[in-house]
Formats: sequence, structure tokens, C-alpha cells
Amino acid sequence: MKTNDLIFQTVTKTAVFIIIIYSLHLFFSGHYTPGGGFIGGLMTASAIVLLLLAFDIKTVVNSLNIDYIKMTATGLLIALLTGVGSFFFDVPFLTHTFSYVDLPVLGKTSLATAVLFDLGVYLVVIGVTMTIIQTIGETE
Amino acid sequence: MIQGILICSLIFLSFAIFATIYRLVKGPTAPDRVQALDALGINLISGVAIFSVLLRSTGFFEVILLIGILSFIGTIAFARYIERGVVIERNHSD
Repeated sequence: MKTNDLIFQTVTKTAVFIIIIYSLHLFFSGHYTPGGGFIGGLMTASAIVLLLLAFDIKTVVNSLNIDYIKMTATGLLIALLTGVGSFFFDVPFLTHTFSYVDLPVLGKTSLATAVLFDLGVYLVVIGVTMTIIQTIGETE
Repeated sequence: MIQGILICSLIFLSFAIFATIYRLVKGPTAPDRVQALDALGINLISGVAIFSVLLRSTGFFEVILLIGILSFIGTIAFARYIERGVVIERNHSD
């Protein structure tokens, strides 16, 4: 049966970018306002789920071309390495630090190493969610 | 004054939510229930907005956009399931 998804696919093409930008905003604003790696990862995963709903699973897997299990492993490795990095400065495991840096456009910005740990959480959440959904979607 | 108006509109919103819950419980077919859930999500968005004005806090603004996106995706997933019998298609041709 030939179905016509023109309106839904056009809406999806514009809405996915808005959802991904919103998830990045949630990810980067997690230190001072509500948000963080967990909810940001879930919103990115929901953007990919919207793509999966609008198009078929084969198209999305071929065009994104991401191995979500390797993504989960990379996230876990990043979270572990931020903890290991504290050993080089003779401080306890998982000690985080921050400093104020003058960036060219943003001005005086506080860069914290906690955002690297959060990046690991973000990748793990996307990887686990998409692994679950794609595995269930592909089974007969 | 403003607080009275806000509480009054919250009461009206809860009436609207009870009406959609009535349709959710009573609705004879599945599309009625899905549409009631969608309307319930929109009513919840306005409820959260009025609460954040009432509490003088900007901490709930993320929740508003979040409920909007999740309600959109959930409604679409239900609609696809009702129309095609499958949520995520394996291949467009078959």
C-alpha cells in the first residue's frame, strides 16, 4: 500500500533541528539552570525517534550511520577518563575543577571539567535509548 | 488582583482537564482517547505556565517546551499505530 506522508515528513524535517538545538541548550545550561546530560540525551534521542517515525528504520540507520553500542562505550570511557585525569594532579578520584577563561565571542566564561563528565552521560543516554528502540523496532 | 486572576484561570483549566479525562475514560474509540491525551498535554502546558507565573520562577520554562515535544511525538506514535498497525516501519516499500 502506497502511503503519503508529505505533511508529516516536512514537519519532521524542520522540527528535528529545533529539538536537537533545544537538547544542546539543555545540555550546556545544566550547570546553572535545570537541564544536564541526562535530559539533553533523552531529547536528542527523541529527535532521532521522530526521524524513525517519519521515515523507515533502514533510511535513518543508513543516513545517520551511528553504532549506538560504540557510542555508549565511548561515553563510559569519557566519564572514566575525567575521573582518572584527577590522579595526574595528586587529588582524589573524580575531583573536578573550573577556571574563568576569556573566550573571543562569549567573553568571560567559566569552563568546568564537570561538562566533560556530563558529555559522557549524554552519549551513554543517547546510546542506550537508541539501542533499545532500534532493537525492538527491528525484531519481527 | 493578578494572583486572583491566575488562580481563577487555574480552576477553569482544571475543569477543562476533567472534561478531557471524561473523554479519555468514556471515549468509544481509540482515536477519541488519543485526541483527549493530546488535549490533556496542552492543558498541562498552560497549567505549568500559570504555575510558574504564580511561583515567580523561571525554572519551569524548560518543562513547557518538553511537554510540547513529548506530547507531539507520543500522539504521532499512537496515530501511526492506529493507522498502520506498526510504530516504526522497517522499509517504506513493503
